[in-house]
Amino acid sequence: MDMEHEVPPLKPRANDERYYGRGTFLGVTGLGLSSLLWGAPVWNALKGITKPISSAAQSIGVVPDGWRIYTIASTMPRFDPQSWRLRISGLVDTPLELTYKELLALPRTETVADFHCVTGWSVSNVHWAGVRFDDLLAAAGLKPQAHALTFISAEKPYVDSLTLQQLRLPQVMLAYEMDGKPLTRAHGAPVRVVIPEMYGYKNTKWVEEIVAAPAAIAGYWEQNGYDVDAWVGRSNGYSS
Amino acid sequence: MATAASPPRKLVRRFTRTERALHWVHASAFFLLLGSGLVLYVPALSEAVARRQTVKAVHIYTAIAWLVLIVAVVVLGDRRALRQTAHELDVFDRDDRLWLRGRRRPQGRFNAGQKLNAALTASFALLFAVSGSLLWLGERDTRFRWASTVMLHDGLMFISIFLVLGHLYLALIHPTTRQALRGMTLGTVDAKWAERHHQKWAAEVEPPSE
Repeated sequence: MDMEHEVPPLKPRANDERYYGRGTFLGVTGLGLSSLLWGAPVWNALKGITKPISSAAQSIGVVPDGWRIYTIASTMPRFDPQSWRLRISGLVDTPLELTYKELLALPRTETVADFHCVTGWSVSNVHWAGVRFDDLLAAAGLKPQAHALTFISAEKPYVDSLTLQQLRLPQVMLAYEMDGKPLTRAHGAPVRVVIPEMYGYKNTKWVEEIVAAPAAIAGYWEQNGYDVDAWVGRSNGYSS
Repeated sequence: MATAASPPRKLVRRFTRTERALHWVHASAFFLLLGSGLVLYVPALSEAVARRQTVKAVHIYTAIAWLVLIVAVVVLGDRRALRQTAHELDVFDRDDRLWLRGRRRPQGRFNAGQKLNAALTASFALLFAVSGSLLWLGERDTRFRWASTVMLHDGLMFISIFLVLGHLYLALIHPTTRQALRGMTLGTVDAKWAERHHQKWAAEVEPPSE
């Protein structure tokens, strides 16, 4: 473009001017606003095409792996395998403290499920491994009055709870592995709740105490207006 | 870089203080929002920085400050100059249309690429503000929680990174355009450069009397 000055301007003629500036502004704005209606369904429909591109970009670290790390405290809890204990208390016959080793020695379960966040993002085919709650609680023994478990996170003051009925859904577990590796710090090391049927905020991370209770309580996000029963696609204002 | 021996060069005024204030308010807010937004979005950064509530507050208060300052500049500044600039950015004449098709045509105060960039920037600012407000409202009221909002906000972010990298390249590195930077910092540009790259505009303006 260095020689622009050697070209004489064109003679002005009628209707020479086009309002491309506002055209671009209105077109792009309209496209963007309308995408609030079609963005998610179209993106999901295109997943088959975009998946190879996005996983290639993720593998070289250009874009995030699909997860977003939501925390409420100023620092993430740190896991020390030596000193860490999982306390089981409340309406149980024998309150317990499990070491990380004792937890890993319990019967192991695995599942593959999609993870959905209430804010609209999802991660497909997450491979979880951990312990079913009936196996976890067998030694403690639930009292008949217990109908829910409350999960207390090492990230204060995060708590959440699930009913025993919800906890017996087939894919639900206290997970200690994600995608073949021990849970990382950002994902709740060493253990987190996994209930793929519900939005992420019911999947409490950094669990350090499990309290058997007569009923589910309103957890951290529920006290901020989110639904206690956070079924994917049919809670929190979503319907499908 | 001018040396002591070189003759004083002629300068022409390209941007008023109002236009420069608008640009730098927007630019500063953009980088604060991008930085804090990436900490909220990229897992490795989220983990390294933690303090999500603080970072989120920085993100939201920067957005509010951006809006307040943009409105303040428009209300308190030289609105006639802004209207004139908006008009120049809006209108594409035949030279502009040929320029977009890769032809070397004389350009006005803004070349056609700069005009398109301005339109995209304005549109993106509005879309960022709308989708960001919806994300904020959606945390408080389920009626505003739509599955596509976060995709719009993220998508705008990805495209914006490419646009701003191109903008920075042209403003700081590319030899024939980087002289425009002093127009946006000091307000004036070299008259010779203006004649070469913004011929139709250079023919209209008188050098400032200083």
